[in-house]
Amino acid sequence: MVNKIIELSEAAALVPDGATISFGGFTTQRHPMAFIYELIRLKRRNLYLFGHSPGGDWDILIGAGCVKRVELAYEADEAFNTIGPRWRLAVERGEIEWEDYSNFAMVSRFTAGAMGIPFMPVRTMLGSDLLACQTLNAEQRAADGRSSPKKLHVMESPFSTNDRVVLVPAIHTEFAVLHVQKATPNGMIRIEGQLFADVQQALCADMVIVTAEEIVGEDSLHHEPERNPLPQFVVKHVCHVPLGSHPYAVYNYYDYDPKHLKLYHDAARDDTTFRQYLEKFVLQAKSMTDYLEAVGGTTRLESLRADLSYGYRPDLKRRRLE
Amino acid sequence: MTDYTLTELMTVAAAREIQDGEVVFAGTGLPMLGAMLAQRTHAPDCCIIFEAGTIASQLAHLPMSVGDPRVLHGAAVAAGLSEVFTYVLQAGRVDVGFLSGAQIDRYGNINSTAIGKNPLHPEVRFAGSGGSCDIACLACRTVIIAKHEKRRFPEKVDYITSPGWLNGGSTRDESGLIRGGPSVVVTTMGVMRFRPDSKQMYLESYHPGLSAQAVANETGFPLDTAGAVETPIPSSDELYILRESVDPERVFLE
Repeated sequence: MVNKIIELSEAAALVPDGATISFGGFTTQRHPMAFIYELIRLKRRNLYLFGHSPGGDWDILIGAGCVKRVELAYEADEAFNTIGPRWRLAVERGEIEWEDYSNFAMVSRFTAGAMGIPFMPVRTMLGSDLLACQTLNAEQRAADGRSSPKKLHVMESPFSTNDRVVLVPAIHTEFAVLHVQKATPNGMIRIEGQLFADVQQALCADMVIVTAEEIVGEDSLHHEPERNPLPQFVVKHVCHVPLGSHPYAVYNYYDYDPKHLKLYHDAARDDTTFRQYLEKFVLQAKSMTDYLEAVGGTTRLESLRADLSYGYRPDLKRRRLE
Repeated sequence: MTDYTLTELMTVAAAREIQDGEVVFAGTGLPMLGAMLAQRTHAPDCCIIFEAGTIASQLAHLPMSVGDPRVLHGAAVAAGLSEVFTYVLQAGRVDVGFLSGAQIDRYGNINSTAIGKNPLHPEVRFAGSGGSCDIACLACRTVIIAKHEKRRFPEKVDYITSPGWLNGGSTRDESGLIRGGPSVVVTTMGVMRFRPDSKQMYLESYHPGLSAQAVANETGFPLDTAGAVETPIPSSDELYILRESVDPERVFLE
């Protein structure tokens, strides 16, 4: 049996400057945050990110100056803050290249890539400016082949009349990084709760890196294989990273951390305080152990531990935090 | 008279748009409150769907996002975005979807992308469409929730994130969209609907304490107020359930 387990720092070092990459999760859950903090420590530059609804995973990478271009539908932590502060500033200051799609369009793009076909027809975006406007110009698109030469294409169905569809181009990335509940040394994984688009993102990437809350034996995932979303040959490397999604939630393991999210959002609105946040929680914290200590250590983390009858923390306070 | 806040009035008005047995596509905030309230009052068999991958949730605690582990409570299915968007929304299985945004025009077109005339250099950037455009395109009807201010109800939105009736009349059909369109707009000042042929927004009701003229004054396009009445107030049962059962933590209620 192949052992795919490597250290988190080794895994992050595989991503070069200028790489195309997607991260698993959705707004406030299951982002591979520990991996992202490593990329920031490594001072990676000019990354090309593809996603549907990322949250603070992208926001901190954008703020840290690691990102050149994004293709997305949304970037925010929803009710914790309805806009990612660094994303907003980067766009308003002209510091980032971006292209807007809808969530369904982005997921369909990942699906096309995962299926090995060049595009997917969808019935969304008709009549909208997501369809009419293209933010990346032809020159930017032609320059390096990382984005599709064209944002989308509208066509009439060849099989029926008056039946218009929008073709959205397949996505291929060099890397997909997922944070999941359980993985085996050989690369089988189990995702509990919502899958988001993790499966499609993995299947359209050249290299899939998984960070997991728990490493379990191969036998335990051979039981109920219908609950395993991907075969092991899709996964190249596995890292054992408990609490690796903090401050975001992982169903059945821990809840999001409202106090820390507030701290991040308050800091990220201003350049100086954002720098201070980065210094304290990412750059000076040399490892996940240092980071977890900096965010409040065992006491804080235990207070987020999921109640297994819910999969989250039912008594967690989300508003009016002292 | 019962005491209630504006948020409560709007939530109740939104909840009353949901009929029992309907499939409801809900987003974070007031739509979740409204859907939970409907499920606990007149629409116990409505089926709440969240785009991050859960179908038929029976929420016990208000989620902070559609990706919140709380949306799994009592769910019939947990899957991914693709399943929800493809087989449920695109296939025509969603009766009512909820939308909101920074700007709304007279045809119910919504901007939640950016403010500014040049999309390449926006003055103010928002989070982006997320699933809003998809809901606007593919739900059988939509309920729009918004803060009512003149600048938020302009003649023309700077960017159409979520298509409404486009330029009115049959222009939505002509764009290739196969169903749907906005049915109602619930705001901090009133409730608006759309005329059947022109698809122009008109005022159905103004909230207690306001007048039709007051709503028209805060609207950036001429608002048809003929026949407008006062918005029905929440019942004491609705308020009790909203406060004690839906949002006792006051996550979204003030």
